Parts: sequence; structure tokens; C-alpha cells
Amino acid sequence: MTDNVIDVRNLGLVFETPDAPVHALQDINLNIRRGEFVTFIGPSGCGKTTLMRIIADLEQPTSGSVTVNGVSPREARLKRAYGYIFQAAALYPWRNIQKNVELPHEIMGISKTERAEKALRYLDLVGLKGFEKKFPFQLSGGMQQRASIARALSFDPDLLLMDEPFGALDEITRDRMNEELLSIWAKTRKTVIFVTHSIDEAVLLSTRIVIMSARPGRIIDVIDSNLPAERNLETRESPAAQELAHRIRMGLKAGHSYDEVK
Amino acid sequence: MSGGFLQGVKDKALPVLAVVALIILGWYGLSVALNWAQVSERLVKDGGTPGVAEIVKGTWSMERPVLPSPDQVAVEFAKTTFGVKVTAKKSLVYHATVTASATLVGFALGALLGILLAIGIVHVQTLDRSLMPWVIASQTVPILAIAPMIIVVLGNIGITGLVPKSIISMYLCFFPVTIGMVKGLRAPDPMQLDLMRSYNASQSQVFWKLRLPASVPFLFASLKVAVAISLTGAIVGELPTGASAGLGARLLSGSYYGQTVQIWSALFMAAILGATLVYGIGGIERLVLRGAGQSASTRS
Repeated sequence: MTDNVIDVRNLGLVFETPDAPVHALQDINLNIRRGEFVTFIGPSGCGKTTLMRIIADLEQPTSGSVTVNGVSPREARLKRAYGYIFQAAALYPWRNIQKNVELPHEIMGISKTERAEKALRYLDLVGLKGFEKKFPFQLSGGMQQRASIARALSFDPDLLLMDEPFGALDEITRDRMNEELLSIWAKTRKTVIFVTHSIDEAVLLSTRIVIMSARPGRIIDVIDSNLPAERNLETRESPAAQELAHRIRMGLKAGHSYDEVK
Repeated sequence: MSGGFLQGVKDKALPVLAVVALIILGWYGLSVALNWAQVSERLVKDGGTPGVAEIVKGTWSMERPVLPSPDQVAVEFAKTTFGVKVTAKKSLVYHATVTASATLVGFALGALLGILLAIGIVHVQTLDRSLMPWVIASQTVPILAIAPMIIVVLGNIGITGLVPKSIISMYLCFFPVTIGMVKGLRAPDPMQLDLMRSYNASQSQVFWKLRLPASVPFLFASLKVAVAISLTGAIVGELPTGASAGLGARLLSGSYYGQTVQIWSALFMAAILGATLVYGIGGIERLVLRGAGQSASTRS
């Protein structure tokens, strides 16, 4: 039994447009092991979100293959392997916070008492105890996103897919959310794929960083983080973190110049 | 906070009252202008030399005026609403009840049809392409042209009374419901839909847990429009049959006998009925949205 959760091979996605085909993704090869926190970083249009959407079976590749726990993304989705967190919290405004977290459980046909118990436990985990009966519009953006994280974690999915989850938040809130995510990840040790274009965020959170570039969308470097497992916001200022940030920046730059030469 | 409350009433009521006063004033003026010729002619014929005051007074108390004065309408309205038993043929309440029942039956059928069509259109692409043009075309046929046909055809197979009127109401009022609900059922954003997909939710789960709740504000907006035109439909449906009861019948008999005062009071009753129905829907909307915790979010 391999501990590879995700295996991406020679993956490509081409959009046919009237003038010329657009290579959204090209020659993507990537393995993700259980318990890793992998960040996709790159400029807009590099296909990082698309790659994650393909892994989640929200989009179909035109070539290559993806397996998730040895099966196709579709089968994995049917087994409800994905906890997907979007750029916005995507809470349903007519449901209170607890009912929002219970939504996946309702869909999976879990009993009323069990889903209430799960919802309360995970809302507590993300620090929203006492806000169960509030409606989304009564919560700040950061709190809404925390509720959406609780919703994704609560049904214990195999994989946590996070698509620029803190992109819409101000920097102070974002820092706090990063810290919370570190502590949640320390408690759950989920396999996480995290899409961002913030170098700081990538350095602080990841065990591995996948650097991508645009036109065609491809992976230009994969960096293993050598930061200690125990981290907090100050970790970003350590020499090791600075060094890592520098390598990411250089990688992104290399991808960029390649683009311009072409 | 009673001072604040009174202030609020003052702020809101004053402009409304001012407008009402202006309308009534203008109305008296129009009555004078429109009835002047008839009144002065009659007074001259009776052998007098009427002064302005006498003519003006006359224009406000004619039996069959071109435009009755507001107080004539008010008196007729009060007499036929409160002055007679509600079951009597002369009672406006009786006629309003007849029209209201046809309106409500037609509205219920129309709302149901509208919602079902919208569900079909949103879920089946073929229906979206094939049905929508017909839905729109149905509303380009003037209702005054089609209403007598419906009455005649149904009358021929022995269906008379409430049903034909309700069908005309339904024909008019399903349209805004369909249009509103199609928009409402498509209101969820891609993220909310992707979320459902990532849970591997079935189409019916997506409908009940996402599309339907998301469509509620759209539904109520279109129901308010629908109930108002449903009333129009019921009244129109009462015209070609020479129906003996209903506000439409009241309007028709009024115009046969030149009873303009009767027509105007029936019009007022229709307006009051329409407003009541629309506000009724608004009240239900507030109850539903409060239950769903949305009242504040839709306001902000």
C-alpha cells in the first residue's frame, strides 16, 4: 500500500478558442502523500485553481490522468473524499451557522443528533463556539470563512482543498486565519492542497510548495519546506523561512522571464 | 420612544395626506369642469339664470354625472359596503367576495403552473429552448380578445361561473411567476453549486436545499405582481359573460345604465381588494423570510 493520496500524470487541459487553443495546463506530474500540506503558488492564469478543480472532479482534463487514493477523481467525489473551501465562504444565507455546517451531513443522510454533535464540535474547533445560531450576514468575513472550514472538516473528508480561502480578507485577519489553520492542521493532520498567490502564506503553511507559471500553465519547481513542524507567525521571520521565501520568489521570477523571452 | 414613534408617523403620514388632499381637490375641480355644460344647460332649460355657485353645487350632486364628485362616490361606497347586508345583491362586499374567490383560485393555479414551468425550464434544457418562446408568446395575445373565447368554449361544455374566470386569471398570472422563478432558481452562484457537487448531492437535493430557498425572494416579488394581475383577469372574465355577480358585473351594469357613481365605487372596491391582496402576500413574505433569518440580510 502506497501512501500516495494523489497521483497526477502527464496531465493537460486545452481550451479550444476561436483563434488558437489555450493550454491551461501542460505536462503536469505530481504526487501528494498522506498528511502533506501542499501549496500551489503562481501568478493569475497559471492554472493552479484549475489543477485543484480537476483533482476535485469539478473540471475535466483533456489529457493525462489523475488518481485519488487509487481511483478516479469522480469515484473519489462519489465517496465524498473532498472538503472544498472556496475563495468566498459560500455559506447559504438562509441557514444559520450550525445549519450551514450540518449541510453536508444532511446530504449524506446522517442522523439529526449526530450531525448537530459534529457541527458543534467543529465550530468549537475553529473558534466559533457561541455563534451557532447566528446567520452568515451577522458574522465578519473571517468568521464566515472559519465556518466554511468547519463545514469542510466536519464530515472528515480525506482531502482538504483550499482555493485562496483567505484571499478576500485583510492582511491582519489573514494572519490570524493562517495561525488558526496551522493549529487546526496540527490537530487533524489532514492532507491539504492550498492555492494562493501569497509567498508569505505559502512559506508559513506548507510542507511542500509547487511553483507554477502561466501560458502554458505548468509546474516549474517543487520545493520541500525545511521549516520545523511547530510553527507560528514568527516562523516567517526565521532565516530558514527567509531563505525559502527567496527560493519561491526566484522560482516565480524564472517562470516569468521564460514567459517574456517566449 | 413614543416621541420618536409619533415623529415617524408624522414624517410618513404627512406627505401621503398632502397628496391625497391634492388629488381630492383636483378631482372636485375636474367634476366641475366636466359636468358644467350639462348642469348649466339643464338649469337654463328649467327657466332660470343660474349663478356660478349654483352650477358648481349642481355639478357635485348630479344623478348621472360625467365625473361624480368624491363625496358622491364615498356616500355610494359606504352605502353599498356598510349599509346593506353583505349577502345582498346590492352589496359591494358580496361582489368583491365573488371576484376575490375567482382571483384567489386563478392565482393559486397560476402560481402553481408558473412554478412548475420554471422548474422544468431550469432543469431540462430542451424545455428551456422549446417552452420559453411559447410562454412569452402567450402574453402577447390581448386578454380582452382571448377571454370571451375561453368563456364561450368552457360554457359550451357546461363549465360556467368561477372556473372560467379563474382560468383567465391563471392565464395572466402564471407569466410573472415563471419569469421570476426561472431567475430565482438560477440565482445560486457557481461556488454554492460546486459545493453541492463536491458533496455529490443529487439533483433533487440541490433543488430543495439550494435552488428553492435561493429563489424565495424572487418568488414573492413575482407573486405580488401575479396577484394584482390575477384580479384584473377575474374582472375581465366577468365582463363578456354579462355575469350577474362580481366587481366586473358591477362595472358593466353601471356602464349600461350610465351609473357612473356605481362604477367609481366598484373601482374603489377593486383597488382596495387589489391592495389587500398585494399586502397580504407581502405579509406572508415577511413571515417566511423572518423564519429563514433573511429579513435583515435582504434589507442590508
